[in-house]
Amino acid sequence: MDLSRKPRVRLIFSRAMDIAVGFVTLAALVPLASVLYMVVRKGAGNLRWSMLWELPPAAGMDGGGFGNALVGTLLMVAIGAAVSVPTGILTAIFLTEYSLGSKSARLIRFCAKILSGLPSILAGVFVFGVLVINRDLHLWGWNFGGFSAIAGGGALGILMLPIVILSAEEALLRVPRFLREASLALGANRTQTVLHITLPAAISTIITGVMLAVARAAGETAPILFTALFTSYWISSLHEPTASMAVLIYNFSSVPYDNMVNMAWSASFVLIFIVLVTNIVSHLVANRSK
Amino acid sequence: MQTETAPPPAASTQWIGDKKAQRSKVFDAFFSWATFAASWGTVALLVWIALQVGYAALPAVKQYGLGFIVGREWDTNNDVYGALPLIYGTLVSSALALLIATPLGVAIAIFLTEDYLPLKVRSVFKFLVELLAAIPSVIYGLWGIYIVIPITTPMGNWLNAHFGWFPLFSTPSNGPGFLPAAFVLAIMILPTIAALSGSALKTTPQALKEGAAALGATRWDVILQISLPIAASGIFGAAVLGLGRAMGETMALAMLVGNNNQISASLFAPANTIASLLANHFGEATGLEVAALMYLSFILMALTLGINAVAELILERTGATTRHL
Amino acid sequence: MKNLFVLTILAVLSICSVQADTITLNASGATFPAPIYNRWFAEYSTAHPDVHINYQGVGSGAGIKSFTGDLTDFGASDAAMTDAEMAKVTDGGVVLLPMTAGSIVLSYNVPGVTGAIQLPRDVYPAIFLGTITKWNDPKIVAANPGVTMPDLPITVAYRADGSGTTFNFTSHLAAISADFKAKVGSGKAVKFPVGVGGKGNDGVAALIKQTPGTIGYVEYGYAMKTNLPMATLQNQAGKFVAPSPDSGSAALAQVDLPANLRAFVTDPTGDASYPMVTFTWWLCHTTYTKPGVADAIKALATWCLTDGQKLAPDLGYLPLPASVVTKVQAAVSTIK
Repeated sequence: MDLSRKPRVRLIFSRAMDIAVGFVTLAALVPLASVLYMVVRKGAGNLRWSMLWELPPAAGMDGGGFGNALVGTLLMVAIGAAVSVPTGILTAIFLTEYSLGSKSARLIRFCAKILSGLPSILAGVFVFGVLVINRDLHLWGWNFGGFSAIAGGGALGILMLPIVILSAEEALLRVPRFLREASLALGANRTQTVLHITLPAAISTIITGVMLAVARAAGETAPILFTALFTSYWISSLHEPTASMAVLIYNFSSVPYDNMVNMAWSASFVLIFIVLVTNIVSHLVANRSK
Repeated sequence: MQTETAPPPAASTQWIGDKKAQRSKVFDAFFSWATFAASWGTVALLVWIALQVGYAALPAVKQYGLGFIVGREWDTNNDVYGALPLIYGTLVSSALALLIATPLGVAIAIFLTEDYLPLKVRSVFKFLVELLAAIPSVIYGLWGIYIVIPITTPMGNWLNAHFGWFPLFSTPSNGPGFLPAAFVLAIMILPTIAALSGSALKTTPQALKEGAAALGATRWDVILQISLPIAASGIFGAAVLGLGRAMGETMALAMLVGNNNQISASLFAPANTIASLLANHFGEATGLEVAALMYLSFILMALTLGINAVAELILERTGATTRHL
Repeated sequence: MKNLFVLTILAVLSICSVQADTITLNASGATFPAPIYNRWFAEYSTAHPDVHINYQGVGSGAGIKSFTGDLTDFGASDAAMTDAEMAKVTDGGVVLLPMTAGSIVLSYNVPGVTGAIQLPRDVYPAIFLGTITKWNDPKIVAANPGVTMPDLPITVAYRADGSGTTFNFTSHLAAISADFKAKVGSGKAVKFPVGVGGKGNDGVAALIKQTPGTIGYVEYGYAMKTNLPMATLQNQAGKFVAPSPDSGSAALAQVDLPANLRAFVTDPTGDASYPMVTFTWWLCHTTYTKPGVADAIKALATWCLTDGQKLAPDLGYLPLPASVVTKVQAAVSTIK
């Protein structure tokens, strides 16, 4: 550590940087606050409780809500998470615990990074071409073809996967090496070490990554538009067109009908509120389980 | 630094019963197989997507070859397609966004991980920043149209009127363009960068910080000489994820970038990006244009690959991979 | 956490599962008529609770793709379907049904000018070609006696996303201006020589509102509901006509639909006709194998052609002329 300059100089420098970083943070918080304020002001003001369980209105109609879109988004994000979170964390474990520094680890990390830059619409196009277009694609007794919540969730899973992998990998790498070595020295095998030592130590950061993935998936329109389509009714199965908050917001924000435009804002507000709650709850659960 | 830890000797039997050990051995094998399968599954997924996209792009690849990359027109009517302005727009807008978002994100991360604020306040801020990632890009687009553009337009026009000789300010602003697009993009990726940089900074061992403080180090001696170097790879990883999001962002950019296929050095000129054109044209595209759009997607994937390769090289050269203590 | 999630969802699902004898029609396609379609389907569903119709505006191209792949029961398109596209539909033929119509207006932001600006036939194509660049161009001034046009550059705003609106707008410009036809042509997404692109009607409207001197094309319904100024355009007969449901219907009435019901009204005749109007189509199979689907579609289409048309003016669309309705009805009855 280089402490060669005079303490006084370093102290002044440190204070100056304190002020600078505080200022920059404030400056950055202004636009963030502005987005949030816009959503809250336009969204919360028009929010009626009944919006949470009513069906979407059509053009020129009053009232209505986004109950089915809420269910659809929760469902499809859950499907996406069910696919991508285990896969992503297992991949991260492979990268950090089983093949650290190897060529294959580099290749896999590379693939994850490229996936992270995949335009969201391409995830939709891919799932459309692989699942949706094959109308009667029966696998393991399930129909994967046609517009469905499964297809929508799958497309979201593709988007979430690289975020989970890359953030979980960072999290695992930051677990001090000596913890693993201590565990191994005590005779635990690798799996035991990973499950009981490494993963719990990294879980809080992993959750941050998973939440970023969930947040992104919940707000994505393009991958769902071509895979889950939309419906104005309640869904009755996983194999039919499914409504989602993001598509509803996309549809309603561009029309000239006040009721629908207001509802798009309210839906955005509810969407970020749900992400906030999920975020807090998952951190609480993780901290308790530690 | 990257030495593999040798697998433990089969000593586990000494502290757990034989049957249990057998079971845990099977589970161990199964688990390592699962991590292996998941990892290569990810690779397979990417290859599958690339093949699917590549196959769909084939007619356009045959028709236009590599000339597609340097072509400057996107004319659906005459089936003339070229990607250069789009590649340019994608690179410039993402680079600008990253340039704005990385320092801001790291500043936020430092502010929220060092003890400037009480813990309660910090966690509130942290949640607020993370949940901004949940705002749909359509909403960011609307925010850009109604809040950002009315600010950037007069600013752009003023800069153009007074400093028009400077290439970056060489055109007046008609509203949408690079500047509002990159700014909104920066705000969109800020939560990712701030949240993940914060996680990276938080892992600096308290003992190190305290030790440094005991030596008489100020807060910023610690941040600059201990925390940031330790977190460098994490911050870099955060920036890469941000860049990925920036390059692949569709809806907000489609609403803000001006959608004009031109190459202009000016920050205020309307431009276009690959993902934005994809979003704007895909729904109505038929025939050869679909193939051209897929060709374009393929180029975007190659660009992401190239940028990551370069970044990785730089990281290796500068030895910033202080991954472990 | 996740288990809780799934449980909640399953619980919700079981509560709101619908009775089994419901027939569901899936459809996707054009975004331009999506508001009125969804309104129709909502009203129809209220009257007939056993029929559910899902419609999502994904764009005509994607709609045709889904219809051809048999993913949807019917599609919707602002440019009907080409013969080549129809040939790809495997089981039986395709019936094209014009279901509603709309007009496209030129909207602008010219400070100091109240009341509608009049734009002659040779002027507005030139504006979109970039050859007329100032609001006080002699040709514009001459067409607007008594109005002081400002010395302000014209900014063109166009739709950046592929759209039926652009298709019909450019088809009209190409029909009245040889220059436009040669330099730009017509299509769902064309390369305008000048201007800025906005996404959707709302994107173009925002461009117009925010920058003085901007002119752009939007759908009549959008401009009407958001109180955008609309230019009065000179039609083929040389008359200046303001956009309205009446002038739009007058233009539609001039059209003689061919047997396949595919006709583009690029330059309507008649003194009272507003020059930029367009039909928009449903794409249906001639025969349906799934039981009940054909009858459901026929009943639905019949309702939309009769009761449904009454909703059109309120939402900014044009009711189909009676002669057109008769022809479309005849086509509907051929669906089996």
